[in-house]
Formats: sequence, structure tokens, C-alpha cells
Amino acid sequence: MNRQSVLRTWLPVAVLVLLLALPRLSSEVPVLFDGPMNSPGNLQLLAVGFAFGIAALAYNLLFGYTGVLSFGHALFFGAGVYLPTIALREWTWPLWSSLLFAVIAGTLLALIIGAVALRTSGVYFAMVTLAFAQAGAVLVGKNVGGLTGGEEGLSVPFRQLPAWMVGVVNTDNLYWLSLAVLIVVYLVTLRLVTSPAGRVWEGIRENEKRVEMLGLRPYLFKLLAFTISGGLATVAGIVYLFLTGGATPRAIGVDLTVAILLMVIIGGAGSLWGPVAGAVLYHYLNVRLTIWAGSDAVAALPEFVRRPLRDPLFIFGLIFILLVLFFPRGLAGAFAGQRVRALGRSLGGRRAPLAQKGGIE
Amino acid sequence: MSTIVLLTLTGLALGAMYFLLASGLSLIFGLMDVLNFAHGAFFTWGAYTAWWMITETTSASSASTAGFLLALVVATIVVALMAALVEIGLLRPLYRRPIFQILVTLGIGLALSQLTSVIWRPDARPFPQPRWLTQTTTVLGARVPNNRFLLIAAAIAVLIGMLFFLRRTRYGMIVRAGAENREMVQALGIDVDRAFTLVFALGGGLAGLGGVFGAAYFGSVNPSIGSVNLIFAFIVVVVGGLGSITGSALAAVIIGLAQQFGNYYTTWAGDFIVVLLLAVVLLIRPRGLLGTLH
Repeated sequence: MNRQSVLRTWLPVAVLVLLLALPRLSSEVPVLFDGPMNSPGNLQLLAVGFAFGIAALAYNLLFGYTGVLSFGHALFFGAGVYLPTIALREWTWPLWSSLLFAVIAGTLLALIIGAVALRTSGVYFAMVTLAFAQAGAVLVGKNVGGLTGGEEGLSVPFRQLPAWMVGVVNTDNLYWLSLAVLIVVYLVTLRLVTSPAGRVWEGIRENEKRVEMLGLRPYLFKLLAFTISGGLATVAGIVYLFLTGGATPRAIGVDLTVAILLMVIIGGAGSLWGPVAGAVLYHYLNVRLTIWAGSDAVAALPEFVRRPLRDPLFIFGLIFILLVLFFPRGLAGAFAGQRVRALGRSLGGRRAPLAQKGGIE
Repeated sequence: MSTIVLLTLTGLALGAMYFLLASGLSLIFGLMDVLNFAHGAFFTWGAYTAWWMITETTSASSASTAGFLLALVVATIVVALMAALVEIGLLRPLYRRPIFQILVTLGIGLALSQLTSVIWRPDARPFPQPRWLTQTTTVLGARVPNNRFLLIAAAIAVLIGMLFFLRRTRYGMIVRAGAENREMVQALGIDVDRAFTLVFALGGGLAGLGGVFGAAYFGSVNPSIGSVNLIFAFIVVVVGGLGSITGSALAAVIIGLAQQFGNYYTTWAGDFIVVLLLAVVLLIRPRGLLGTLH
């Protein structure tokens, strides 16, 4: 074993052990984190990052592996946030049936929308998914049917949750829950992309026509990817719900889809750990930038440096542009070996058939 | 009756605003195959440039007509230049990678619209306009604000101007030919890169113009004024048919009216009908109402 492969085997294990043990580590990491690492605030910060990591893994299955660009994934994440809340509050269902219902409903929703939207492709597909998600966001935001609480949102009825999930003192439990689900989803995704279906997905991304020539139906494989991806995004929404204790329209809007897309790009589309790292980093920066902007060290800086720091979205926009221009393979592309590089190249290097050439009249 | 007249005229004005955004989007997509997510930011910058010019020169709650017209012209030019810079600096390196091109416009859109929040703070600001624009004219018993008529007139002028540009001018011919077959046009010794920059600047300028009228329509400016309208402009472009200017105009009228009437009767129906309309049109007639694709 050379040094590099030792690193490649043991680094993930070391990171995993560190993350699992984190709620018991009270050491401080100055500047990067406030207070001891196992303070509820820091654990919450990371746990929400993990929840987004699940969403990014789900999105990456579709975008990174199958090459399908959806602008509607927030809808499924939102289903995971809203459906259990409504089931618990309005119908006073038990917790587990509410969760099962949400996962099944979210997956079915993805199946139905996918079946309709995948009849189109490229730009049109992006638009149809955007339209469906926007329709969902309108229904939720305007409180149609009086179920969603409109702009205010809904809070989870805490009495119906088990005691170990409730309260700031139990943040470490929620942290472990979030990490555990992330690990499971990671392993599921790994299994999927190395399965025969996973090979077909990559084939579709590389050249859909050729897959069709081989006698396979790209439509069915894309629908499979879309449905699984939607179902996993619903799971991400559920984890997010437990961490934040409530459902708000922010969890279903197009801004969230863009954020997930950004996480995947930061981490590197078509890699597995990349999007997870991208998601954690995105959420971390989103929270920390505003804190840094208010700190004394930054207060001493000139106005034109201070002001942008208060606006994380502006910074993310800049990061987005720079990444796409100079590091299109994201973090994973910068660190990983040839395989991921090759994947990244094929995703970005080919003139994909986004739409047939037309004209202007 | 007066309610219907008011809703119709306001719906047409809303459609006119969407058209100002959609015409540029459609033109850019037709020639360059770029789905431009930065278009909403151009709209926002048009609104803010005009707002800034007017509030710097007057402290009153209304603007002079000359000041408004000057702001309109300057905002259009500023945003057109901004778009040209974006095209040359950021899009040109990515012409061989369409997915990344969409992504970069998304990043530009995010950064540029947030830049207005960085410079002028995130909260909404009232937009001073000439008093005659906010006064109403009575049409068949309905009291309609004059800026609605101005918006509709501007959209009609842009529609005619664009059709003239595309069908009757040399540059319009190059643009149409470039959309059909880029390599062939290049082989004829025509600088297609320049046509790309021109079209992107033109589309951006129209979005900037739309932003000024949008600010007048809403009576205020805020950093997300463009991104909110961008979604509907996209819907207009796709429903009308990508690359078809007349299609965009037709779809803008339908969608503006549907949204206005729907939202009058319930708070959500208008927005919902519009997205449903998009889904239905795409599934029954994927190339859009007047599209020439496929």
C-alpha cells in the first residue's frame, strides 16, 4: 500500500469516528466554531448540514449521475417537512405512521411528477419541474385548504415526539440521528450507483441515444432515478424537520433547489462524498458568514468588505461563478483521483442536447 | 363591469411587464441556446438604477417627467452595458458546456441581485414617479392608473421594434441566420461572437427597461423584484415557444390576464393556474404555442 491509498482508506474512517464522537468532545476550535465543539449550537449547525447532505446526495443521483437537471427538488424536501407535520397536527397520527406516510407520499409524488415531466427533456424538463415545484410552493405559501399555516408555517407538536428528541439538551441525539440517516443514505446511494441500474444512469448521462440503441428504455431508468431521488429528498426533509422543529415555506421554494444545486456543485457533481461536504460547507458558511460579519475583527475592516459579508447569498453567487468557471468538478474534483475527474469532464465537457436548435422569428 | 375592465387592463400591464423580460430571454435562447437565469437580476438593476437616479436628484415623493424619462434611458443603457460585460467576461468561456452555462447565469443572477441588497440594503424602497403616472384614467367606469397604459404601450413598441429589427435590418438577419446555423454564418465571414454580445446586451437592456416600468407598476423597488418576475417570464417564454417573439407576446397576454383574474377571486388561484398552464402546454404541445422547434 502506498501512502496515498492508505490515506484514501483511513481518512474517511477517521472522519467518521471523529463525527460520531463529536457530541462527547468538549475541545474548542477558535474562530471556526463558538464554544466547545459539543455545544448544542455547534451540533445543530453540523446536524442541519448533514440533513442538507442527504438532500445533496439525492439531487446528485439525478444531476451528477444521470445528467438530468431538475429545478423542482425542493418540492420533495418540502413534502418531507410538511407532510409529517400535518399528519401529526391535523390528523393526530402516531409518529411512525406519519413518517411512513410522508416517505411513501413523497416518493409517489416524485413518481407521478417524474412520469409526466420526463416526457420532455433538457430545458423543457427543467421548466416543468420548476412549474410543479412552484405550484406546490404557492399552495403551501398561500395556505390553501388551511393545512400549511401559510407564510408563518407550522411547528411540530412536541408532545407527540419521543422524549429523547425534544429540547436543547437532546441536541446530541438529534445530531446522531441526522448523521445515522446520512450514513444510511450514503450507503444506499453507493449501492445504487454501482448497481446495473447505476451503470445505465451513467450511460444516459454520457449518451442517451446509445443507451436506447442497446435496447434499454432511458425513460424508465430516468424515472427510477427521479423517483428514488425524490424519495431520498423527502427523507432529508424529515430529518430537517426534526432538527428545526417546524415547517416554513422556505423549505419548499425554488431558492432551496438552487441552494441544493449549489451544494452539489461546490462538492462536485458525480462524486459521492463531494456533495455531502458541499452541503455541510454551504450551511456552515451560510450561518457563520453573518456571525463573522458582526464580529469585532470584521468591524475594523472597511465598509466595502463588511457589507458583502452580511449577505451570504451574494458571497454564494460569487463562489458559484468562480467554481463553475475554474473548478467545475468542485471539492471532489480537486482532491479525488482520475475516476471522478473523468466523470466531471463528461458532465461539463460535452455539448449536451439541451434543446434542438431552433430559430428566431 | 368596471372590475372586469380594471382586471383586464391591469392583467395586460402585467403581461406587458413579463413580455419585456420574456422577449430578451427568448431572443437570447433562440440565438445562443442560453437559458439566462441572470435576466431577473438585469430587471432588478434596471429598477434600482432608475430609483437611484431619481432619488439622488429629487427628495420629493414624486419625480419630474424629464427625470423619469432620463432615468428610463440611463437604466436601459447601464443594464445593457452590464449584460455585455457579463457575456464577454463570463459566458463566452463556457459556450461548449451548456449545463455549466446555465449554472453560471444562475450564479450571476444570485450575485448581481444580492449586490443591490449589499449596496442599498435589503428592504423595499418607495419608487418616486411623475404624478401623472400614478393618477388614474376612467375607462368604462374603471379607474386605471396611468402607468398601466404606459407599460402596455412600451411593450407594444418593443414588440414592433423587435420584429422590425429581426426581419428588416442587416443585424437582425445575421441574428436569425446565426440561430439557424452558427457555423455557416461564421464561414461567411461574419463575426458571430459580436452578434452574441449584441443580442445579450439588447436582451439585458430590455430587462432593464422592464425593471423601470416594473418599479413604477409596483410603486417600490426591492432586491428580489426581478427574480419573482423571472419565473413568470420563463413560463411566458416556454408557453409562447422558445425563440418566437410573437409567441412570447401572445403568451404574456394570456398569462398576465389569467394571473390577474385568478388572483382576484382567490389569493392563490392566479399563480396556480399559470404554472398549471405551463405544464399542460408543455405536455400537449412541447414546442409552445408558436414555437418553431422540433
